Amino acid sequence: MCLAVPGKVESIRDESGTRMGRVNFGGVVKDVCLAYLPKVAVGDYALVHVGFAISRIDEASAQETLRTFAELGILAEGLAELQASDEPAPPP
Amino acid sequence: MAGDTQPDVASFTCPTPLRDRPQIVMGHGGGGALSRDLVEHVFLPAFGNPVLGRLGDSAVLDLGPRLAGGGRLAFSTDSFVVRPLLFPGGSIGELAVNGTVNDLAMSGADPLWLSAAFILEEGLAIADLAAIAARMAAAARTAGVTIVTGDTKVVERGRGDGLTITTAGIGIVPAGVDLGPHRIRPGDAVIVSGTLADHGMAIMSVREGLGFEAAITSDTAPLHRLVAVMLAACPGVRMLRDPTRGGAAASLNEIATAARLGVEIDERAIPVAPVVASACEILGLDPLQVANEGKLLAVVPADSSAVVLDALRAHDLGRHATVLGRIVAAHPGIVAVRTALGGSRIVPLPLGEQLPRIC
Amino acid sequence: MKHLAEYRDADTARRLAAEIGRIATRPWAIMEVCGGQTHSIIRHGIDQLLPTEVELIHGPGCPVCVTPLETIDKALAIARQPGVTLCSFGDMLRVPGSHEDLFAIKAAGGDVRVVYSPLDAVALARAHPERQVVFLAIGFETTAPANAMAVKLAARERLPNLSLLVSHVLVPPAIRAIMRSPGNRVRAFLAAGHVCSVMGTWQYPPLAREFGVPIVVTGFEPLDLLEGIRRTVVQLEAGRHELENAYPRVVTERGNEPAQAVIGEVFAPVDRAWRGIGVIPESGWRLAEAYAEFDAERRFDVSGITAVESPLCKSGEVLKGALKPSQCPAFGKECTPRTPLGATMVSSEGACAAYYNAGRT
Repeated sequence: MCLAVPGKVESIRDESGTRMGRVNFGGVVKDVCLAYLPKVAVGDYALVHVGFAISRIDEASAQETLRTFAELGILAEGLAELQASDEPAPPP
Repeated sequence: MAGDTQPDVASFTCPTPLRDRPQIVMGHGGGGALSRDLVEHVFLPAFGNPVLGRLGDSAVLDLGPRLAGGGRLAFSTDSFVVRPLLFPGGSIGELAVNGTVNDLAMSGADPLWLSAAFILEEGLAIADLAAIAARMAAAARTAGVTIVTGDTKVVERGRGDGLTITTAGIGIVPAGVDLGPHRIRPGDAVIVSGTLADHGMAIMSVREGLGFEAAITSDTAPLHRLVAVMLAACPGVRMLRDPTRGGAAASLNEIATAARLGVEIDERAIPVAPVVASACEILGLDPLQVANEGKLLAVVPADSSAVVLDALRAHDLGRHATVLGRIVAAHPGIVAVRTALGGSRIVPLPLGEQLPRIC
Repeated sequence: MKHLAEYRDADTARRLAAEIGRIATRPWAIMEVCGGQTHSIIRHGIDQLLPTEVELIHGPGCPVCVTPLETIDKALAIARQPGVTLCSFGDMLRVPGSHEDLFAIKAAGGDVRVVYSPLDAVALARAHPERQVVFLAIGFETTAPANAMAVKLAARERLPNLSLLVSHVLVPPAIRAIMRSPGNRVRAFLAAGHVCSVMGTWQYPPLAREFGVPIVVTGFEPLDLLEGIRRTVVQLEAGRHELENAYPRVVTERGNEPAQAVIGEVFAPVDRAWRGIGVIPESGWRLAEAYAEFDAERRFDVSGITAVESPLCKSGEVLKGALKPSQCPAFGKECTPRTPLGATMVSSEGACAAYYNAGRT
């Protein structure tokens, strides 16, 4: 379940007491209910599922995660090199 | 006021002109004066040409000169039902013309003449019908084809989806052009003429309950001139297919099945406009399964792909042409995708209508 | 798309997979409880990148697959009634009931509509006061806030013509049921990232402790999935069994509290039958008494419905991870995506459909 897609909040309005917003998903703009993210602001990224924003995307956390991936990549390569250099030379 | 002469019933015609009757009524399909009104006030002004103007039961066309050089007749038909009738980038009218033109073009034919049969739902606004007829006429002019014969029927309100158009078309396949699955060989390249999923997502964007705003327009276009430049550059083209309903997935599966060979495509090569890709993500749709109306798939000998790509990219309708994958001897009848991560999965023949998912 | 494309980088994915291969020293069976994750795994070919030691078992994480047969049959019965407009998410349209599916009802003249959001059903009810609009409100916890809002709006606007057929299912009880079922091979779980974005992660540490299984909250993109798997294998190799959050950009420990508050107001726990598995106590949500007037099961007479499950369908075993789809005798024969016997073959997330379409044998 849970096809939820990140989008950028472009505008916020009140629709008869319900907090609604226009959210831009890579060029596609849809009306989204923001009632569950009372603190989300224009410019924030939100995760949207069936027309409702259910979570704010934490930019700092996202950067941290991507950094971990990058470092892991380097680490993995480094280890692979190390392992390769430890290997005995192949027989002639 | 006349005195006591008898009324002249035999020559009575309804004096109300068409413009005072804004909607289609059952009588418009009756074959009588109301039907004639539609032809004279809607279809003839839009499609006007000498053959149609004769309003014969059939159009009589002289093919002689065209078949003289060994050309063969290509003949195709298609029906068009779409909701809504008007969408970003076109209408049912353009689809009806270009759809049949393209079916002819996929055989390498030069399309010439179309018939157009309309099933109108009682209550359809005549102004809407006239607008669609005008668009059809414009599409026919752009494609260089003539609508030479037609028909109109009316069905009761609630039984018709507004408007259904069936077009049939005749074209000439030049001597020496022989396209088909029998020519395909392992190692051949599979080329697509441009971005996928534009049409289907343009329709989706205005569908009730699923709508969204995006700069996505239908790619409906006549492809026969694109085919001509391709064949001129590379007479060795094996087969052409236009991926309409069911998307590229359906056409690739049809190619694999007909040729009894496998198809392998590279996920990273699939051309999708960024905003169309976003729209597919939101609704959980696979661009390979979404309809196109102005694209073609071409199977060509591997060493001709560069020449074919050059020819396509030099043309307006082929700017984003690219190699999608290749024909292989392995897994005959099966279409496989090599994922960006290096994995692989099968692209099945789509089952039916693609539906947005929450899962 | 931002916050999506970055997590699909192929090079990084291969390195993550290589790292998993480096640290896994013996076989581990990990279950992902989320149909969306299953879909992503198959779509990107992630399981093909993993070392043979790591086996992914696709759990009952697709609400389409586990929606009880009775619920489908009730939805069909309601949709058949004149004056009713039944609204549903697209996934549900081809799920077979005892005898037919919503597509068949549509073909027979029923007014069945696909919607993207529960708000579309509310809009339909407002626009068509002459029709009874019924929304098939299924889903895991992720979809509950949306479905709940539809009810609240209907209540606030006093819409007399909107009702919901509710069949929500919950992840933690499912995990319990899987760990307690005989023959269970699952040693760790990838928790559903979007469920947790709503509910938080606080429900999972007790489960990790009780059953001695690592539970790693995981996202949906290739890098998120591989990272979730990597952290799970690290725990398994180290003999740890804790909750870990590998999707922190979206998931917090407490989750979305306004959403949880509305869920608490609109829904109440109920024992729920999971299709193919059976009744799992307190594993579902129904409409709370305060909102009973919007319950389609009360508004329409659907009490006499008894479901008839296909005797050939083994989706329950598949959903628990006890059987691979290819091991089911009906797989590919009586049961195909065109002629599905159970929901696991209908839904694109269903393990059986995923296997079939990926050409697995």
